[in-house]
Amino acid sequence: MKYFSLIWASLFRRKTRTILTLLSIIVAFMLFGLLQAVNQAFNGGADSADADRLITNSRYSIIDMLPVAYQRQIESVPGVKAVAFASWFGGSYQDKPAQFAVFPVVPDEYLKIAPELQVSPQTLAAWKADRTGAVVGEALAKRMHWKVGDKVPLQADIWPQKDGSLTWTFDIVGTFHNTKDKANGDSALLFRYDYFDEARQYGQGTIGWFLVKIDDRRHAGSVGKAIDALFANSDHETKTQTEQVFAQGFAKQFGDIALIVSAILGAVFFAILVLTGNTMSQALRERIPELGILKTLGFSNRAVWWLVLLESLLLAILGAVLGLLLAVFAIGAMKSMLTGFGITEVGWRVVAEGLFFACLLGLLVGFAPALQAMRLKIVDALKA
Amino acid sequence: MDALVSLVSIRNLVKTYQRGPEKIEVLHGIDLDIPRGDFVCLMGPSGSGKTTLLNLIGGLDSPTSGQIDFDGKRIDQMSSSKLTQWRANHIGFIFQSYNLLPMLSALKNVELPLLLTKLTAAQRRHNAEIALQLVGLKDRIKHKPSELSGGQQQRVAIARAIVSDPQLLVCDEPTGDLDRKSADEILSLLTQLNQEHGKSIIMVTHDPKAAEYAKRIVRLDKGTLVAASA
Repeated sequence: MKYFSLIWASLFRRKTRTILTLLSIIVAFMLFGLLQAVNQAFNGGADSADADRLITNSRYSIIDMLPVAYQRQIESVPGVKAVAFASWFGGSYQDKPAQFAVFPVVPDEYLKIAPELQVSPQTLAAWKADRTGAVVGEALAKRMHWKVGDKVPLQADIWPQKDGSLTWTFDIVGTFHNTKDKANGDSALLFRYDYFDEARQYGQGTIGWFLVKIDDRRHAGSVGKAIDALFANSDHETKTQTEQVFAQGFAKQFGDIALIVSAILGAVFFAILVLTGNTMSQALRERIPELGILKTLGFSNRAVWWLVLLESLLLAILGAVLGLLLAVFAIGAMKSMLTGFGITEVGWRVVAEGLFFACLLGLLVGFAPALQAMRLKIVDALKA
Repeated sequence: MDALVSLVSIRNLVKTYQRGPEKIEVLHGIDLDIPRGDFVCLMGPSGSGKTTLLNLIGGLDSPTSGQIDFDGKRIDQMSSSKLTQWRANHIGFIFQSYNLLPMLSALKNVELPLLLTKLTAAQRRHNAEIALQLVGLKDRIKHKPSELSGGQQQRVAIARAIVSDPQLLVCDEPTGDLDRKSADEILSLLTQLNQEHGKSIIMVTHDPKAAEYAKRIVRLDKGTLVAASA
């Protein structure tokens, strides 16, 4: 700690150059924070998915419906504990496509399989008592300013009602809290399947996909195969996979976000590595006599090595902290716009990864100059 | 003079540099004693080996052969890390071009050698202030080197050299970059440190007027001691 003022002063020996380098690092880490938050949002479903939960949907297309009668058959497969189902409703709200998931479900069955959705007993009772009732995620209710008792009209784009109306009106009976996937899971509206099935114009007795709870995650492969074997060569063949694989496949419909993010960040960090490396090398060349003086005064080779390396680390970490803070503030400021995409925050994991990369950057950039400084001979350094 | 009573005792000191395929012997078997409390001036033409000898006495470089005793301990046999520690404890360096760190204030420059000690921040500051007071710069402690005159910068360098209370001050042309008046002030300060504070001083200079401040003059020519005068 007593060397901090010396390291700090050395770092800002050439203020303009250091500030410009620092700004580049700040921008790089801000980009890192923002892109990783996007990446996390796209993979949020996969991260929060249960390994002992399977998804069974149509083998050929996610939009092909399956008979609801499959539920009982799937329940009979050894290793299956419970089965629920949901369907994609889509829809628009206030003339804009709904930026949240809308699923018709059977409340008890669905909540049993998805215990991460926490609904109070009062809300559940109210939902079961109201055929047109719906529960919404806490974040969604907050964003839309919905409260219990509100009637929410959604315009269907897939499912018209029997009378030809496209308007489905739901009564908000309460909210749920998703303990696992705050980014995406809290942005959903769940309504009752019986209302949906009776009122829709077509497709009665069909559903979008089954959620299958199994007794042991190690049996996921064999149970999945057994389920698909039940419906092989039928009109509605199925494809069963773990919820995580399903979520990853769903996210990849938008492109391989992780790969895109990695490619962008790789290019940015390479540029920063070269830029910062150049700054540190230049700074070292200019300071050779000063490093010679430190050694003359009694600073050991190892101490000089540390001073140069810590200077490089300080530059990288300072830039990273400021950059990540800016990313946090930027996402905070744009929260209302971004929540629909599941981007709610720069998580601790992203911050920790950012700091790890900053340390790596500092070490990579500082190692060679530090080594050079350590090997300087006093007599030569003083002459430089 | 006996090595036991001398602060520095040099015997048959040889220093050879390798310049490409060629070996150049800069010092040819030097014998020299510097008693405690001495103020010795090392003179000679350029290339005579003055700075090389000074660097060897100050432990900045190692001899090719020969022996250097400091206060009864052989420094020519010390490892690099021991020599570094020894330098920090026993030697104060003053250079022609001051060699202050430009980004640090006068106070922080003077505090530098104390960072290697176990003193607290308050103690380091206190000691540095005393050293700056001794060289007459108490009112300039917050100034950076670029805000000080050449003479003042050299005073800061002297304060840095004495702050850890070394036994020997090694001065390489300390007045080489100064005007006559500033040079006289610096030399008077060195004389004061020698006479009142008992610091032994070895100083390289080309300036005969500067040499007059020393107690004795040692002349080097082509790597050999040619004369000593009181």
